[in-house]
Amino acid sequence: MPEPTESPSRLSRLGDALKRWIFTFQDYVYLSFHAFIDIFTPPVYWIDTLNQMDLIGVGSVPIIVAAFFSIGGVLVLNTAAQLTRFGMASLTGDGVALALVRELGPTITALLVAGRNASGMASELGSMVVTEQVDAMRALGTDPIRKLMVPRIIATALMLPLLAAVGDFFGLVGGFVMAHFTLGLGAVQFWTRAVHALVFGDLVQGVVKPFIFALILATVGCYQGLRVTGGTEGVGRATTTAFLWSALAVLVSDAFLSRLFLSMYK
Amino acid sequence: MVLADAVPGEPLIIFKDVRLGFDEGDVLRGISFEVSPGETKVLLGESGSGKTLIMKLAAGLMRPDSGKIWVMGRDVTDMTERELLDFRRHLGFVFQEGALFDSMTVEDNVAFRLREEGVDEEKIETQVRQVLRFVEMEHAIDLYPADLSGGMRRRVSIARALVDHPAVVFYDSPTAGLDPVTSQTIINLILRGRDTQGVTSLLATHRVQDVFGLAHYRFDVDSGRVMPIAANGAPAAKVHNVSPTNVLVLRDGHIYFEASAEEFGRSSDNYLKQFLASAT
Repeated sequence: MPEPTESPSRLSRLGDALKRWIFTFQDYVYLSFHAFIDIFTPPVYWIDTLNQMDLIGVGSVPIIVAAFFSIGGVLVLNTAAQLTRFGMASLTGDGVALALVRELGPTITALLVAGRNASGMASELGSMVVTEQVDAMRALGTDPIRKLMVPRIIATALMLPLLAAVGDFFGLVGGFVMAHFTLGLGAVQFWTRAVHALVFGDLVQGVVKPFIFALILATVGCYQGLRVTGGTEGVGRATTTAFLWSALAVLVSDAFLSRLFLSMYK
Repeated sequence: MVLADAVPGEPLIIFKDVRLGFDEGDVLRGISFEVSPGETKVLLGESGSGKTLIMKLAAGLMRPDSGKIWVMGRDVTDMTERELLDFRRHLGFVFQEGALFDSMTVEDNVAFRLREEGVDEEKIETQVRQVLRFVEMEHAIDLYPADLSGGMRRRVSIARALVDHPAVVFYDSPTAGLDPVTSQTIINLILRGRDTQGVTSLLATHRVQDVFGLAHYRFDVDSGRVMPIAANGAPAAKVHNVSPTNVLVLRDGHIYFEASAEEFGRSSDNYLKQFLASAT
């Protein structure tokens, strides 16, 4: 009998990995679809949703403010030299506003919330799974997707656009502070240019992108938590995976959304 | 509380040729048994014999690979998850480690099902306090599960399962990991539930002491104490009109033994003797 060659074995492993990935994606889509249907059918747990909005929204404000204040300042620092060389230092406000509202606000807010809350969802729900609390919920006649996942999706979807807006504002504040002390730009000049640089399409991007990113973060975080296996070690893995996959999905979808908005609002 | 589909006198739990396996192999290989109204059926077996799986299958938390399961006249294997959620409101389930919601107080844990059903808050408080008094945990009503010992968590878990007087209760290893004194306290609570509320129970355990704790004792409502059942040669359950305690021993995915606790205690089978030896 001829010896089996190496290639089929590698192909077979690749095939198995691909199958696992497809089944995982299918399971994720099924769970997310179930959750979205539950958003529009009663009962909706509004108290739990408000609690999550406080945790995700209010709880993330300090880190958003600190991060974007720094980002705005760094943006100005990196662009100031180039703009001054061409005698266009006055356009600093334009650049900061456009960069923040179109891209950095939505994506960096999403990445920060992914690290803080999506991984937190995976950790919390995963812990509930391994300690049979989710089974207990089902045994008591309550749908864990409706009770645990839906409030988190609604809360993230409502809070992320607001957080992005807060981030945009404090990014501009940070940018102005840096522009004022390095370029001598006045407040009126900076803020007037910043506001006038933005058009309707930019504002739509600045709201729609975080909304879509929020749906990604919440569904990925909850999915990783609710599908945990392997005890506490599995919870640790799920926490890390939730952040990695949600961050990657945000960045990939950002590329598609940016292209879409650019073609819609050229 | 019994579902309208249950026929009086018919078994409340029926397993028919149930099979379940995982990647590592089959765990349940054609399990068939019945639990009559008011009966306490104790599932005895080694770790990994499938006791917890049977409990979860009966509650519809898992689905068998093949076979049928009826609980209170309803085919659990044929129901959607939505139907099962509604159905499980008529059951009680006590998980192995209690499975209390650790972000909620004892009160909120016990009141969980009542709040889901939209019961009036005043009535909830009365019912919650009543059942916590029953398990002697009323003093801990405002505490969180992390503040409780293992035995206390188990008692609150029983309270949560019994709060709205279900007809059928599943106890998954209620004494696992507890010291002998606390284990006996838990068994006494199960006795009280059986003898005061007429609960039909399926109880999984690897402790033979739990079998005899249920078979040889009863809760006397008049004195409010747990008392031994005087046998005098007659089957213990019939002497004081106490619901029967029967034993089902699992081995290698099959039912190895099924009979009353008395017959189990008198068995000369070498495998069963290993269990009986642990009780002495």
